[in-house]
Amino acid sequence: MRTPGGRSSGECLTRRTALHCLALSMATGMFGEGGPAFATGVDSARPREGDRLVAEDSEGKPKALQLLDIKIGDKPFGAFPFNPADGIKREGSRLNRIILVRFDSSELTPDQLARSADGVFAFSGVCPHRGCDVTEWNDKDRMILCYCHLSQFDPRNQGAVFAGPAPRPLPILPLKSEQSEIVIAGEFSSEPGGAKAID
Amino acid sequence: MKKSSKHLAFGASMLALSILPATAYDSVTDARLASPEPQNWLQFRGNYAGWGYSPLARINAKNVSKLSVAWVYSTGQLEGHQSPPIVNNGLMFVTSPGNQVIALDAKTGAELWRYQHQVPEELMQLHPTNRGVALYGDKVYFGTTDAKLIALDAATGKEAWQVPVADWKSGYYITLAPLAAEGKILVGSSGGELGVRGFVAAFDASTGKEAWRTFTIPAPGEPGGDSWPADSYQRGGGSTWVSGSYDPKTRTTYWGTGNAAPWMPDTRPGDNLYANSVIALDIETGKLKGFHQYHQADAWDWDEVSTPMLIDYQREGKTISGLVHAGRDGYLWLLERKPESIGYVASWPFVRQDVFTSVDPKSGRPTYDPSKTPGTGKTVHFCPSLWGGKDWVPEAYNPQTKLLYVPANNNLCSELTGEKVSYKAGKLYIGVALSNILTNVRMDDKALDHVGEVQAWDLSTGKQVWTHKYKEMNWGPLLTTGGDLVFGGGTNDRKFHAFNAKTGDMLWDFPTNSGVTGVPSTFEIDGEQYVAVQSGWGVDAQRMQGAFDAVLPHKTVVPQGGAIWVFKLPKQG
Ligand code: FES
Repeated sequence: MRTPGGRSSGECLTRRTALHCLALSMATGMFGEGGPAFATGVDSARPREGDRLVAEDSEGKPKALQLLDIKIGDKPFGAFPFNPADGIKREGSRLNRIILVRFDSSELTPDQLARSADGVFAFSGVCPHRGCDVTEWNDKDRMILCYCHLSQFDPRNQGAVFAGPAPRPLPILPLKSEQSEIVIAGEFSSEPGGAKAID
Repeated sequence: MKKSSKHLAFGASMLALSILPATAYDSVTDARLASPEPQNWLQFRGNYAGWGYSPLARINAKNVSKLSVAWVYSTGQLEGHQSPPIVNNGLMFVTSPGNQVIALDAKTGAELWRYQHQVPEELMQLHPTNRGVALYGDKVYFGTTDAKLIALDAATGKEAWQVPVADWKSGYYITLAPLAAEGKILVGSSGGELGVRGFVAAFDASTGKEAWRTFTIPAPGEPGGDSWPADSYQRGGGSTWVSGSYDPKTRTTYWGTGNAAPWMPDTRPGDNLYANSVIALDIETGKLKGFHQYHQADAWDWDEVSTPMLIDYQREGKTISGLVHAGRDGYLWLLERKPESIGYVASWPFVRQDVFTSVDPKSGRPTYDPSKTPGTGKTVHFCPSLWGGKDWVPEAYNPQTKLLYVPANNNLCSELTGEKVSYKAGKLYIGVALSNILTNVRMDDKALDHVGEVQAWDLSTGKQVWTHKYKEMNWGPLLTTGGDLVFGGGTNDRKFHAFNAKTGDMLWDFPTNSGVTGVPSTFEIDGEQYVAVQSGWGVDAQRMQGAFDAVLPHKTVVPQGGAIWVFKLPKQG
C-alpha cells in the first residue's frame, strides 16, 4: 500500500505559465508558492528561438550578451533568456537559468561547432540531479561541475554525464550568433530541472 | 529469501488487513517518551536526553561477534541516509532521502506502507537527506526539503495534515527529525548557507496549528539584537538542523544552533547571538530561558547543531545537572542546566585545534588567534577543518560505563579565502568560492596517519579512556547499549562496527551495500534483540570524500544507494 502525497504544492509549479501559477497560489493561499517574481516584467516560459541572453545578476533593461563576454576556460557564465521584442526576462522560473562555456572553435568538430555559437555552448544552469545551480568548472578535464554533489557534465558531448550522481545529461540549448550577439537557436534538448521526488 | 518472496506474492492489501488492524497501534504518550520501554526506540536519540543509549543487553560484548543479518530493505533512493529506524512495539518507521517515510514490520521486514512527498520542481536540494520521524499519539511526523511538516496516521500512512513551516524559495528546508513533547511537535530549519534566519517552531500535534516560533537570531531591540549590525539579523543563519533535547522536569527544550551567515565575520561585526550556541526554550511558550554561545563571531562554518546532551556528571565531588556537547569547533563543552540560565563548567579540545588561544575559565568565552581567523580577502589555514572535530553526527552516552562516545575527525585542517558576497533570496550566501570549498581540506603527516576516531571520555576526570582510529573519515552516528557495546559506521569502506564500550576493542564489523551514515538504533521483539541502521553514503560525507580525493594520490569510490539493515543473533541450537 502506498499513499502519494504533495497534493497542493506540486500543482502550480508544473504549469508552464506564470499566470496560471499566480492564480492558483492566490486561490489556495499557500505560503511560499507563487510569489512576487511574477508581478511584472518577467516571464516563466522556456527559452525559444530568437531569444537573447542577459547576465543573471544584471538589473534594469537587459543588455544582450555578446560572444566576447564569454571567455575560453572560464567558469560557467550564468544567464537568463529574454525576449528581444519587449525586453521581458524569462526569469520567472529558475529552471530557465542558463550557463555558457566557451571553447576554441578550432578544436571543435563540425558537429560540436554546429551546436555552439563560435565555440560558445549553452546548457541548463540547473542540475538534473537535485536541482542546484550549476556554477563550477573542472579545468583539468574541461567539464562543467555541480558543487552540490559533484556531478560533472561534458560540454563537448551534449552535456553527457561525465561523473557523479546525475541521472541524465545536462539539457543543451542550441545557439547561433547574429552580429556577434549570442542568439538562442532552439529549445532545451530535454526539460530542465532536478529529478522528480516521486519515483 | 523464500519467505520474503511469499510475502510479496500475497501483496500489500493483505498485510494491511491482517497485521495492522486500526486498534493495534500503541499510542505514544508523553510518559512513554519520558521513560521509554527498553524494547523500543521511540525518538531520534532514543530518549529525550539525547543519549543514543538503550539498556538492552542480550546482544553484548561476549556474543556480538556472531551478529548476523535478520533482514534488509532497499529504500530505492540515492544520497545520504541518516535517519534512525524508530520502533514502537514491533512497528518500524524510517525516513530516507526523497522525502519518503517507510513503515515496516520490525521483525520480518515486511513493508506496511510507504509515503512520498512531492516537492516543487524548482526546489534545489543541497542536502537531500532526512534524520527521522517523531512519534506522538497515533501519528508519525516528518519534515520535508520544501520546509513542510507532515503528520501521517501511524497505522495506515494516510496524511492527516501538512503545514508549511517556512518559505522554501528563500532557502529554508527541513532535514531534522521533529521533537514531540507536551502536545507539540517542534521543528527547526536548515538553510544557513542560503542566508536564512534560524528558528525553533512548535506546532499543535493534533491540528498542525503553529503554537510559537522563536528566532535564534534576535532582532534589534531584543536581548542580543545589538550583536548584529543594521538589518543583518534577517539573514544571519543560526539554523537549527538537528533535533533538540527535552528536560520534562523543567519543561525546557535545548537546541544547538548553526553558524552565523555569511561565513566571514567582518561582514557582521559583533558576537552574532545566538548563532553557534545552545539555547534553552520554555516548551509552552518558546520563551528563551538561557543560552551559551560556544564561540562568538564564527569564521569557520562551525555549526553547533548536534543534539545537546542532558547528562548529570560529577565534577570535583559535586553532581552537576549537565549539558554536554562535542563541538564542531573541536572542543568538548561541559555546561550546567540552571533554572533560568546555562552555566559554563569546563571545556577542552578533543581534536587538534589551533584557533582558540584560550578559553575564559569563568564564562567559557574563547579568544582567537587572528592568523587562524578567516576574513574577506584573507586566506587562512586552520584546524579542525570546516567540518569540525565532529559535524552533526551524534555522540552517545552510556550511564553504565559513564563514558561519552564521540565520533570525531581529528588532524584535519582547512584553507579558506573569504570573498565579497551579496544576498539574493534562495541563493547561496557564503562568501567563500565554491571551488575553494570543494578543495578546502589540508592534510599533513598527522592527517595522512589517520583522521577518523571513535573516542571514549570520562567526563568526571576529563580523561580520554580509549580511542579507535580509522585511516580516513568518520561520519558514523553512535549507539551505545547495556550490553557494553558501541555501534557506528561512518567509514568509506562501507562497514558498520561494534566496539567494546569499556576497552574500545573492535568486536565485529560488517560490510554493507554503501557507506553507513545512519543513526543506529536497537529494539527487542519476542525476546530477541535487534540492531538496525541505514546504509547510504551521500551529502557531507560524500563532499568530504571529494575534498580528500582532491588532495590524496588515490580516489575512493563509495557506491550510493540506501538500505535498512537489521541484525540479530542466530537462534541457538
Ligand atoms: S544537484 Fe548537482 S550533483 Fe546533486
